[in-house]
Amino acid sequence: MTRRSIGYLGAAGLSGIIFGAGLSAARMTDPQKIWNFLDFAAIPHGGWDPSLAFVMAGGIAVAFFGLRLDRWLRLPAPLAGPAFIKTHRAKVDLPLILGAAIFGVGWGLSGFCPGPAIADLGLVPQNALLFVVAMVIGSWIAGRILDRAERLAAPATASAVAAPAQ
Amino acid sequence: MHEFAPLSATVGGLLIGFAATILWLVNGRTAGISNIVGAIYPLRPGETLWRFLFLAGLPAGAWLGFVIAPSVLPGVPATLPAVSLTTPWLIGAGLLVGTGTRIGRGCTSGHGICGLSRLSVRSFAAVATFMATAALTVFIERHVL
Repeated sequence: MTRRSIGYLGAAGLSGIIFGAGLSAARMTDPQKIWNFLDFAAIPHGGWDPSLAFVMAGGIAVAFFGLRLDRWLRLPAPLAGPAFIKTHRAKVDLPLILGAAIFGVGWGLSGFCPGPAIADLGLVPQNALLFVVAMVIGSWIAGRILDRAERLAAPATASAVAAPAQ
Repeated sequence: MHEFAPLSATVGGLLIGFAATILWLVNGRTAGISNIVGAIYPLRPGETLWRFLFLAGLPAGAWLGFVIAPSVLPGVPATLPAVSLTTPWLIGAGLLVGTGTRIGRGCTSGHGICGLSRLSVRSFAAVATFMATAALTVFIERHVL
């Protein structure tokens, strides 16, 4: 293993650890906390918990700059990776809205989105594991359906769109 | 116990933003959890191990946060999250979250933190949509049924 690949893999692991610590410190690992944010009808009664908005604001406050540093510092490539990889998609399309809508229903039902669910494997594994396994199966099935739909829609560009975005 | 804790929420958010910055500047990758999960399989050289390490870091970090945060930040309970959902409910919701994030190409981290930071129009549309359907779902559960 080269020093470069150790840096690459080490940074990925470190990023995951910091990400998980952030979720846990903000108590986003607790579905109750998510429900109390999503319950906007509680605002007039004073029972609303805006924590999640503060988490997103804090994250964006750092990432807004962090995700631009490569351009500001004119980095030709990531410090240990081959290239900056970003989605090429720009248009708001039906799959984006439909997928986000389906995700929102599952998020509302469980109080789990992917990050906190996986983080909870370290805190309440017996509950989180069921959710995570179902989530991975759902993602795999949807991925197969998407691949097939894209191959049918545009056979010539199938290889170009097969790579996952973001 | 579940009260609004602005300081710990903000600190947690800053840590998440910092984690996304590391993954972008060192690896050139976007910290979108659902996409990192979704592309783990099929296994490809150079594309699987970093995803696995990042995802393994999440529960490890969550445990560290659980141990450290209550003693350094106000308002962080030292109790484990209480998950009170039945097995079919967890599986059904997991399937919806997995399917939806794959079709919509992102979740609260990829669209919510990274996409909004990049001022992506797609991410603004996705966040508005999943916030709306999630809030509607909770509204129906808590106030209609």
